[in-house]
Amino acid sequence: MEFRSHVTPNGLSVIAECNPRSQVAAFGVFVRAGSRDETPEVSGVSHFLEHMVFKGTRRRSAEQVNLRLDELGAASNARTSEDCTIYHAAVLPEFQSPIVELLVDLMQPVLREEDFQTEKQVILEEISMYEDQPPYGGYERLMADYFGAHPLSQSILGSAASLANLTPQHMRSYFESRYVPNNMAIVAAGNVDFGLLVDDVEQRSADWVPGPVDRRLERVASGERFHTLHKPQSTQQYLLQLVSSPSADNPLRFAAGLLASIVGDDSGSRLYWSLVDSGRAEVAAMATYEFEDAGLLMTYLCCAPESAQENLEELLRLQREVAESGVTPRELQLAKSKIVSDILISSERAENRMFGIGGNWLKNRPYLPAEEVAKLFEAVTLDDVHQVLAEYPLHGGTMLAVGPLDLWNAALPISPIASNCGRR
Amino acid sequence: MITLNTQHFEHRYANGLTLLAEPMPWLRSVSFTIMLPAGSSLDPTNRLGLANLCCDMVQRGSGARDSRRFLEDLEMMGVDYGISASDYHTSLMGTVPTGRLGPALQIFADMVARPWLPESQLEEARQVCYQEIRGIEDDLAQKAFSAVRLKHYGQPFGQSSVGTMAGVSAIESRDVESFCREHYRPNGMILAVAGNFEWSTLVDEVEALFGGMQPRPVGEVPTVLGERGVTHIEFDSLQTHICLAFPSVTYGDPAYFQARGAVGVMSDGMSSRLFQEVREKRGLCYSVFATHHSLRDRGSVICYAGTGAERAQETLDVIVREFQQLSQGIRTDELDRLKVQIRSHLVMQQESSRSRSASIAGDWFYLGRVRPLDELNQLIAGLSVDEVNAFVRQNPLGQFDLVTLGPTPLEVPHGVS
Repeated sequence: MEFRSHVTPNGLSVIAECNPRSQVAAFGVFVRAGSRDETPEVSGVSHFLEHMVFKGTRRRSAEQVNLRLDELGAASNARTSEDCTIYHAAVLPEFQSPIVELLVDLMQPVLREEDFQTEKQVILEEISMYEDQPPYGGYERLMADYFGAHPLSQSILGSAASLANLTPQHMRSYFESRYVPNNMAIVAAGNVDFGLLVDDVEQRSADWVPGPVDRRLERVASGERFHTLHKPQSTQQYLLQLVSSPSADNPLRFAAGLLASIVGDDSGSRLYWSLVDSGRAEVAAMATYEFEDAGLLMTYLCCAPESAQENLEELLRLQREVAESGVTPRELQLAKSKIVSDILISSERAENRMFGIGGNWLKNRPYLPAEEVAKLFEAVTLDDVHQVLAEYPLHGGTMLAVGPLDLWNAALPISPIASNCGRR
Repeated sequence: MITLNTQHFEHRYANGLTLLAEPMPWLRSVSFTIMLPAGSSLDPTNRLGLANLCCDMVQRGSGARDSRRFLEDLEMMGVDYGISASDYHTSLMGTVPTGRLGPALQIFADMVARPWLPESQLEEARQVCYQEIRGIEDDLAQKAFSAVRLKHYGQPFGQSSVGTMAGVSAIESRDVESFCREHYRPNGMILAVAGNFEWSTLVDEVEALFGGMQPRPVGEVPTVLGERGVTHIEFDSLQTHICLAFPSVTYGDPAYFQARGAVGVMSDGMSSRLFQEVREKRGLCYSVFATHHSLRDRGSVICYAGTGAERAQETLDVIVREFQQLSQGIRTDELDRLKVQIRSHLVMQQESSRSRSASIAGDWFYLGRVRPLDELNQLIAGLSVDEVNAFVRQNPLGQFDLVTLGPTPLEVPHGVS
């Protein structure tokens, strides 16, 4: 396993973890462009652009793009989040050059008007699909409530209303501001010929022009809130909570990940034993998310509406208990062994390793192979976990209840405010 | 040059258990799949959901471990595991870092052969199952999928393994005990291991762990065909979910690869016909696909699309038309692309011990032998357009079953049963 990196004259990063024993080569184009970089008028443009990238370039029609991906047997996809857009494809090593050629070509989309209108329909369907699915737009609402005026409050998908006004010109101007070589990286892992990769990338991106890129990084000022969304068609009641957690550059993030596992892993955690093993809830779990200027711990609870009140009280009780008594050495040991094993097993796949090193690049962190990440988790002490608990309390934060319960008379320090997310 | 695995091991034990193993020495993990002949198709008709509830109960103590100790020991070893019931089997699966296979299997042997099935926790297990059933009510695509399977296959193989509220509520402790006693048996049980392990010691280890299990008689499961045709489930949703199913060959059928090739041209990849015609050209939906599904004696193709209610009719019409046109044949370039995609997928399977252990267990059940990746690759490479075209000509889209879930019913294009 060898790590290689290179920056082209126009500022494009090329990074790879080369493993000649692998039978797979995974490639990704990472762009620092996500919903946090949008203005409210173009809400959803990052994600819409991600779809339009597959709709053709000066040299290829949309159909030719699809044909090429399949001819190369590529396991490919793309994703957009609050802070990045990633285009990725895993192939057999013999297809390295052609897949790199294709991925680089895709980064110069033509954004044809006709394709734009057709694809807008697909995006509207995607929005409807999520609106029909638990937690029924609750995640977007929760992020908006938690982040307020902070850029991370912005929805990834946008809304039917924001998309209605979006034009190819808006998209073009957004594209030109974010898809500049100094804001992008070509990332690879597996059986990769690095010399060939650099040559191919340099040759095909030589005319990309770098440009100024900025991103608003801000402190988060979040108060305690509790909203309810009424969703009469839903069978289960859903409860989401966000509290602050260490951000992407904070060394405490490993301890925070372990804390989330101890309290809220989907198996064997405190929430599991109290709420899931007993059948009181369908799901009761926690996860952490890291951004450059913020970190989040999300708790997700899903259960029958009639037991929601009781389960919420139990959740709050467990949070108080952890705050008062901390966690045990045994719990820490178990959580470490789970996470370390997960990392080692998942990093057998070239694609997962590619996401790992690309993720570090996105967050401005140095290269760290999966094995070293595992060691950093191993090195976390009980004191580290308790420091996280002290600095980032589990209780409070922003809560959202979604489901058939109309107004929730929860015994909370803050009272719920109702709104309606029934049929539009 | 890519290389595909050709080597595997087999061992049959006196009590009927089959051990299969495929070495993948380049990995640092090893996975196992235990398939017990205890599928949800064996649920008594007034206890639908029993096999699934037993999956929960066997985790509530076995051998010398209570449920907490059970989970802690697995966590300490770093075992990623899952237990689930499907039509024919209850499957227990685990992935573990190399070197820990023996201790992990020990825990699973206890679950299979020495479960406590504590009556005091039956109520908790029942509640867990209720939650699962309720959860599916909120997953509209899955709800439509379950409905079309039931319609197409009838009872018991079309029945979703989570069962029904009424079935789960009727289950008593003695039902759980007798189900596990009768169906967690070594005859018909398959243990498949793939990854980085030592074959020379595995045979004896497995003998020591599972050799003491006693064979049990095998019963027959009667099939009751469902009510074929069209069903609309009215639901106040933005999207309409469309699921259609029609008959195809089984996984073990000599024509399987022709059938699979035809479905692949329809649905594998972004250049496939459904993706192109439904999503790319018309923007009708975000999600559309077709998949081949096989029971032992019957196969089917199931197609799904989720789309806005006002465009659902057009979506259904386009899908049916594309399936009808398939009988006119596929092109060489379509099959060539599919072959590259499948070859690439087979190589990528070798990056994961988990998917291999599940595949070889499935092979044994459906084919009575393990089909090495290399052989699979050659079968696919050798598939010709003429063969696929002969198949689609002889098997045009005829009658199909249809479930739609959404605000308004659709008109059914010609061809429905």
